[in-house]
Amino acid sequence: MTASSIRWFWYASPQTFFPLAGTIARWCGLAAALLAAAGLYVGLFIAPTDAQQGEAYRIIFIHVPAAWMSMFLYVVMACWAALGLAFNTRLSGMMASAIAPTGALFTFIALWTGSLWGKPTWGTWWVWDARLTSELILLFLYFGFMALQAAIDDPRRADRAGAVLAIVGVVNVPIIYYSVKWWNTLHQGASVSLTRAPSMAATMLTGMLLMALAFWLYSIAVTMVRVRCIIKEREA
Amino acid sequence: MKPRHKRLAAIALGVAALGIAAALVLAAFEKNLVFFFTPSQIAANEAPQGRTFRIGGMVLAGSVKREGVEVRFVVTDTAKEIPVLYRGALPDLFREGKGVVAQGQLGPDGVFRAREVLAKHDENYMPPEAAHAVEQAQKTLQTK
Repeated sequence: MTASSIRWFWYASPQTFFPLAGTIARWCGLAAALLAAAGLYVGLFIAPTDAQQGEAYRIIFIHVPAAWMSMFLYVVMACWAALGLAFNTRLSGMMASAIAPTGALFTFIALWTGSLWGKPTWGTWWVWDARLTSELILLFLYFGFMALQAAIDDPRRADRAGAVLAIVGVVNVPIIYYSVKWWNTLHQGASVSLTRAPSMAATMLTGMLLMALAFWLYSIAVTMVRVRCIIKEREA
Repeated sequence: MKPRHKRLAAIALGVAALGIAAALVLAAFEKNLVFFFTPSQIAANEAPQGRTFRIGGMVLAGSVKREGVEVRFVVTDTAKEIPVLYRGALPDLFREGKGVVAQGQLGPDGVFRAREVLAKHDENYMPPEAAHAVEQAQKTLQTK
């Protein structure tokens, strides 16, 4: 390994990662607050009213980024869990445990705001279509992961058991994402995708992307704060 | 092979096996995962007979007729059409030419008796001025 490259194994040690995590948490937290303020301003004051849904559509500035994060965080959590399982690194399991509550939070926000939007737009709080049901399963996967880890006293064994559950659950993520394409669902298809132009007005998209970025940085910040707590607990 | 590489390979294999298993299960459940049937599927007798199910499609423009508390409209997927009879309040976003999902039973006369009507929103978000411009453009296309 060259001296200039990042010393991955150096930072894989909880003791050396601890101060770095603190710095990351501070800066990401600050950036998240600024971006969220900008995103909410664009979303609530600048973005135009939707032609069909009126003001109710403004839920997308919270709902869509939260739903993205709920799926993305699960994949990140499963990757850390798999790394920990394969390489037996201490920090990996801690990272997976630190991510889980934030992932569960975003899953809950996505379901909850979706429900609030569904009542005025669709005419129902909840339907058992493929998108909604698979997202609910994601929430239960997060809860299951946290409950399983909490139930086992030995942290290393808890990490391993949790890792298996997290990795198994990862099959649900593509199901959530593609559910609206594979099956007839009440939930509409994606408005934003990597393969084609977004089907929404530019200012609406700007607001949504700002909020998504803010949620990203918030997730990093709270994960770092939480991982510092876990390091202190376990290494003390 | 080091033990950690073995473990990594085992995890990768496990995930692949799970993925295949999930794909097979979903393929087997395909029919039950369908939230609604389209008018074409009903015409092809793919919808369950004598049971409650949902139909989905567009509300045919100009087909909505209100008769007191009853409302009649036609659901279309541009190929086939199904007349629907519903008694009750419609959701705010129920519009002619827009998506709709109705739950109920298909009568022997071919009329779908809905017990619940939900509006289905599409993935397009645009300001009213843009929607108006799109409408105007479509009208000029039709009159040509």
